[in-house]
Amino acid sequence: MSDAPAPTGLQPDAAGHFGRFGGRFVPEALVAALDELSEAHRTAMADESFRAEFEALLRDYAGTPSMLYPAQRLSAKLGARVLLKREDLNHTGAHKVRNVLGQALLTKRMGKTRVIAETGAGQHGVAAATAAALFDLECVVYMGEVDTQRQALNVARMRMLGATVVPVTTGSRTLKDAMNEAMRDWVANVGDTHYLIGTAAGPHPFPAMVRDFVRGIGDEARQQCLDLTGALPDAVAACVGGGSNALGIFHAFVGDPDVRLYGFEAGGDGVATGRHAASITGGSVGVLHGTRTYVLQDADGQTVESHSISAGLDYPGVGPEHSWLHDTGRATYLPVTDDEAMAAFELLCRTEGIIPAIESSHALAGAAAIAPKLAAELGREPTIVVNLSGRGDKDVHTAGRYFGILDREQ
Amino acid sequence: MSRIGVAFDKARAEGRALLVGCMPAGFPTVEGSIAAMTAMVEAGVDVIEVEIPYSDPVMDGPVIQKASDIALAGGVRTADTLRIIEAVAATGAPVVTMTYWNPIERYGVDAFARDLDAAGGTGLITPDLIPEEADEWLAASDAYGLDRTFLVAPSSTDARLAMTVEHCRGFVYATAIMGVTGARERTSDAAPVLVSRVRAVTDLPVGVGLGVGTGAQAGTVGGYADGVIVGSALVRCVLDAPNEAAGLAALRTLSAELAEGVRTPRP
Repeated sequence: MSDAPAPTGLQPDAAGHFGRFGGRFVPEALVAALDELSEAHRTAMADESFRAEFEALLRDYAGTPSMLYPAQRLSAKLGARVLLKREDLNHTGAHKVRNVLGQALLTKRMGKTRVIAETGAGQHGVAAATAAALFDLECVVYMGEVDTQRQALNVARMRMLGATVVPVTTGSRTLKDAMNEAMRDWVANVGDTHYLIGTAAGPHPFPAMVRDFVRGIGDEARQQCLDLTGALPDAVAACVGGGSNALGIFHAFVGDPDVRLYGFEAGGDGVATGRHAASITGGSVGVLHGTRTYVLQDADGQTVESHSISAGLDYPGVGPEHSWLHDTGRATYLPVTDDEAMAAFELLCRTEGIIPAIESSHALAGAAAIAPKLAAELGREPTIVVNLSGRGDKDVHTAGRYFGILDREQ
Repeated sequence: MSRIGVAFDKARAEGRALLVGCMPAGFPTVEGSIAAMTAMVEAGVDVIEVEIPYSDPVMDGPVIQKASDIALAGGVRTADTLRIIEAVAATGAPVVTMTYWNPIERYGVDAFARDLDAAGGTGLITPDLIPEEADEWLAASDAYGLDRTFLVAPSSTDARLAMTVEHCRGFVYATAIMGVTGARERTSDAAPVLVSRVRAVTDLPVGVGLGVGTGAQAGTVGGYADGVIVGSALVRCVLDAPNEAAGLAALRTLSAELAEGVRTPRP
């Protein structure tokens, strides 16, 4: 944990509201557990020994701080000095390990013996299963039936790590339904079970708690950028699905008014087509999965299915703190289409020898789009920190088919 | 004065618990749901609980989820639900509405309260709205004189239970078990304890739901609660039936059994 002072105005109120967003829209049966979790989170963050244990785990087990890498060949292509925050090099291949280690430590602290998690493509499920193995916790992962078929390798990974994977057959059989099922499990087993939510969404205290566990990304990047360039970056770019990696890197910079914050949402086939996962750009304010935030919904408030080539961004809501950063104007949210993301994916492969997660490719594509505008505005080459939140090994199948390297049947 | 309180008073005067039967609006169709709820009233269900179908019903088990999915796939809209409420209220039975919060927020809280009042609804049961988040609903329900039922659970602390009950009007919904809706083989041991905890802080009637599916269970729960709330078991009558007529017949049979159950309290 960094000793950097928390920027002002960034903590939710006592009931977990970020402005008009956040809060708790949950069955009463869960409130006691959420209160218990809030209290455990509060005391843990104030406890030196907890912080030391968390930091040691992040360093010795997860491999952080992740490097801030000046990507020179990419920079030359984009006309900006691009610094990549290499969260893809963390254990399990993404920023998500920070969150699961933090929550697993809290689970132990609360004396609970079982964790449940939802997963879309399986990345958070694998991370949760990893932490559960490390901490000797029983682990059950809910995954939409459609996703278990699309992501058989990740299902195998979770099972190797000792987790039980439950295919969810209700609703659209994807991530949002996996989340519903995890909530139902939690209501029934809340006494011994912690719900290890994979992103900075859900009811209070999850958005603030998950943010706290991943904020090291930004704390590190801010210092690394100062060390490397002698100045703060002109912009920070991150992809936004639920939004934990973006909040993780934004948080340290929110108090720096000259640092522009950009969140790039999954534009799918294009926001105008309706086939996208851009909750802020193309959605409206509503309540989903326990929190008030921007959601994709129809005129009656029924959740609309999202679409993105990136399974990790394919979610019809967004963390409430992002909605608030959007409304206050502190951060700017823009959509990136599937095709734009895949072009950036290919560009990073070819210029830097790094295969990025398709999620992170949205941040790269967004950085490419804003670079010329920033250069024109500043009258010089801008410095952009891009959160390379995950690596692309998991996406080889999807990308291989997209580029025609693998045929559809493979 | 509470709209539903009259019905509770009447049942109490008869020395029995009130029977509340739940059905998702628009399941299996708009007209089919009106027929189903009317049949329930005719067979002895005292109060109809109309659930607004929602895409992400986290408090519901598989039976009501499936029925809600069928209703939504059939294209039911919130406006249809209001029409259903009006039709069922015309039978004379009080109609309470159960809804997740987002459809109401999307409709407009005050507008929904206005239209619910106009349709003859008594008020709302809100499974994912706790009083702390309910300012708009508290104001709208006051403005239109609607009842508001928040849930209490075995895990509620005494302080939360008192606070929640204080915000209720009409009746309090006690969730008998830690879990989702769905009939279960045994009724809950936690429910009588929860009901007595509620009684310690209010004179409002207490309804118990989650897990009740037979006449015998209704009798047991009716022995300590003011209202017995049955959902999944009734929905299953329609869900499992080969055709509409068979569904209505099964629904009448179970409704009559439950109505008999609440008139035969068991220790």
